[in-house]
Amino acid sequence: MTMAWIWTGMVVLSLLFGLITGQTAAVGAAALQGAQAAVELCLSMAGILCLWTGIMEIMNRCGLASRLARLFRPLLRCLLPAASRDEETLAAVSANVSANLLGLGNAATPLGIQAARRMARGCQGIASDELCRLVVLNTASIQLLPTTVAGVRAACGCQTPFDILPAVWVSSVLSVSGGLLMAKLLSHLWRN
Amino acid sequence: MDFSALIVPALLAGTAAYALGKKVDVYGALTAGIGEGLSTIVKILPSLVGLLTAVYMFRASGAMEFLTTLLSPLLQKLGIPPEMTALALIRPISGSGALAVGSELMQQYGPDSYIGRTAAVMLGCTETTFYTVAVYFGAAGIHRTRYAVPAALTADLVAFLSAAWCVRLFFGT
Repeated sequence: MTMAWIWTGMVVLSLLFGLITGQTAAVGAAALQGAQAAVELCLSMAGILCLWTGIMEIMNRCGLASRLARLFRPLLRCLLPAASRDEETLAAVSANVSANLLGLGNAATPLGIQAARRMARGCQGIASDELCRLVVLNTASIQLLPTTVAGVRAACGCQTPFDILPAVWVSSVLSVSGGLLMAKLLSHLWRN
Repeated sequence: MDFSALIVPALLAGTAAYALGKKVDVYGALTAGIGEGLSTIVKILPSLVGLLTAVYMFRASGAMEFLTTLLSPLLQKLGIPPEMTALALIRPISGSGALAVGSELMQQYGPDSYIGRTAAVMLGCTETTFYTVAVYFGAAGIHRTRYAVPAALTADLVAFLSAAWCVRLFFGT
């Protein structure tokens, strides 16, 4: 429902501002241009996006994803010590992280949910510190190849859509660390 | 030798060769994955049409400019270019909304401009926070989320700051 309010708000505000600034004709034309631009954008980014989801699927099937998952186990043991005592939860979380890294969103979410369900047992509907950390880990996107964004850049005529990778990686790491630090800090203040 | 020019062909060849060595049906996996990519496109198309319509209207009416001037002093203090205002506001709420606003910025300023790159990095290193929180806690049956939302939004804020900062560092303005 949030989006219903935002969309209606934007359209109504556009009309009001158009009336104030005398740009109503431009607003009307813009509505049609926007719809057309959306379809053009989708078409021109479809190629590169599909190619990379294809490559990621190969990586998934040849065991690269599960290798990545094994790599993350020690780190996750430190981050989620209680959950890691349950082998199945640890397996789900590490698979969740590696699927996120490869940009396999469709695979990552069910795995993460499976882990969250197991971790929520005995919580009586109140989020534990580790559950909050798992959610922060998933809300801060950690992706090796941001394929959708690269697709948009290519659609805009960019020759090297992946040249932003180092910047994306550094920002992702900083953002996850920032989120986890804030979680740590708040866990002391937020007793219940 | 340009590293970024090598990354695409090397990744394609490396992955395919490695997977074939592991006796994976490389081509079958590739086409299956491509099919999934196509369904992603089909899934985002409807909301992209809806949202880009609103974004274009919003921009043409001068409302976007108003919003930007309203919030830019705050963002400027944080080192985020004021053109990012709308993107930063919609990013935690709607994934396709952010994609619409972000792609509009890339088109308007060019994908290799400071604004265009920052928008791309911002999109690449953040998630739809509220959606993710709702999905995870909903599935786990949690109704008291405690500090999860403020912590997750902190991660978003750090991502925005760092995106602007990293692009300036790696590519200049």
